[in-house]
Amino acid sequence: MASDMAHELALDVAQLRVMRGRQEVLRSLTFEVARGELVGLLGPSGSGKSTLMRTLLGVQRITSGTARALGERVGAPSLRRRIGYMAQGSAIYPDLTVLENLTYFSGILGLDQAQARRAMDIVDLNLHAHRLVTSLSGGERSRVSLAVALLGEPPLLILDEPTVGLDPVLREDLWSTFSRVTEEGTAVLVSSHVMDEAARCGRLLLIREGRLLFDDTPAALLARTGARGYDEAFVRLIKGAP
Amino acid sequence: MLTVRRILQQLRHDPRTVGLLLVVPSALVGLLAWSLVNRPGDFATLGPRLLGVFPLTVMFLVTSVTTLRERTNGTLERLLTMPLAKAEFILGYAGAFALVAIAQSILVSALSYTWFGLAHQGIPWRESGVALCAGLLGTAFGLALSALATTEFQAVQFMPAFILPQLLLCGLMVPLGQLPATLRYVADVLPMTAAVHAITSSQTDLYYFEQFAIMIVYIVAALVVGSATLRRRTK
Repeated sequence: MASDMAHELALDVAQLRVMRGRQEVLRSLTFEVARGELVGLLGPSGSGKSTLMRTLLGVQRITSGTARALGERVGAPSLRRRIGYMAQGSAIYPDLTVLENLTYFSGILGLDQAQARRAMDIVDLNLHAHRLVTSLSGGERSRVSLAVALLGEPPLLILDEPTVGLDPVLREDLWSTFSRVTEEGTAVLVSSHVMDEAARCGRLLLIREGRLLFDDTPAALLARTGARGYDEAFVRLIKGAP
Repeated sequence: MLTVRRILQQLRHDPRTVGLLLVVPSALVGLLAWSLVNRPGDFATLGPRLLGVFPLTVMFLVTSVTTLRERTNGTLERLLTMPLAKAEFILGYAGAFALVAIAQSILVSALSYTWFGLAHQGIPWRESGVALCAGLLGTAFGLALSALATTEFQAVQFMPAFILPQLLLCGLMVPLGQLPATLRYVADVLPMTAAVHAITSSQTDLYYFEQFAIMIVYIVAALVVGSATLRRRTK
């Protein structure tokens, strides 16, 4: 079992195309993500990052190609408790307390309240357990949303711009959390448009207009573009692309 | 029922909304009683019928806005990526707001029969039954129609579009027998007409059975439509 798990890919995407209306949002994407990998998904806004994440969750219809998560076709019912998802925007109930939110979502996942408390512990929100979400700051709300994604310790996390609007200290905290869970074997796919965060990832996927421009380590990105920083590397890659 | 509990928790944190849900219908019946104080027979006819109108209207509005909020703030999408049974969501809303509708009707009836001086003529279980069904009608239609709205502003606009025509035709303004034939056929199958008429006195048992049957058919149909609007996958 353990060796099966190790060989099983967290994500396996081949020639994935997604049309939304008449627009081709994803054009023939192919990539893999292994267990325990921390992969950054970067690209300008409108490049298709969110659509890709929603496709991997199984909520976006695929036009052609294949996408598999944890060995199963995306959207398979058995994946619904094995992928933790954090959407853009917090997607939690503002008129419930932190603990009530986590208790409800853990109930839907078939977990008990101990798991809700554990998730609250990971994102360091214990002191705010009984505060209404409306009274929390933007950063605290993001952490509640992340805690929902972490419920039940799923083997794959898909996080859509989790650090947007957070101060540097909180961003640092969240990235430490991501690194910690990957050490335990969880695969994390995290999108961002803050290029400095690229350095925290083991691997980067850069997409522009639905095409994969780059798939390698952060060091390789700097080497390939000859840039000194990630912002510059990103701009060079985007502008230099045919 | 996790979702029933969650919705009631949300209401508990919003005492102003709960106050409005309970106080406004009571105050309106009181106002009607006062305005008809010189025509006591009219209040005896109209008063009980409003017990069917309020839960339908109020629960429709509350449900369409709250479920639209779930659709727009991402919580519904998040739930649909989880192993949530659609029935859990739909029946959660129906259950929670049915409880609110019952609380509302108990308060309105109690005040009507004491303070507002309404003579007791109906059978209490029938009034509670109507309030419950009317509340469920409002919730079920709110769930289904909220799928057509993309903003809360639009959701609120559905209220006059959905409720006011029924209010005009349900027999409160014009007795059903005096409507033009075509409208009479329409009026006879509207859910609010059934709610209003299930409460009127001195009819046969079969008549009441029919009115309740109409309401239940609408509730089930609207819940099925509402459930079909919860799509796990978008185009």
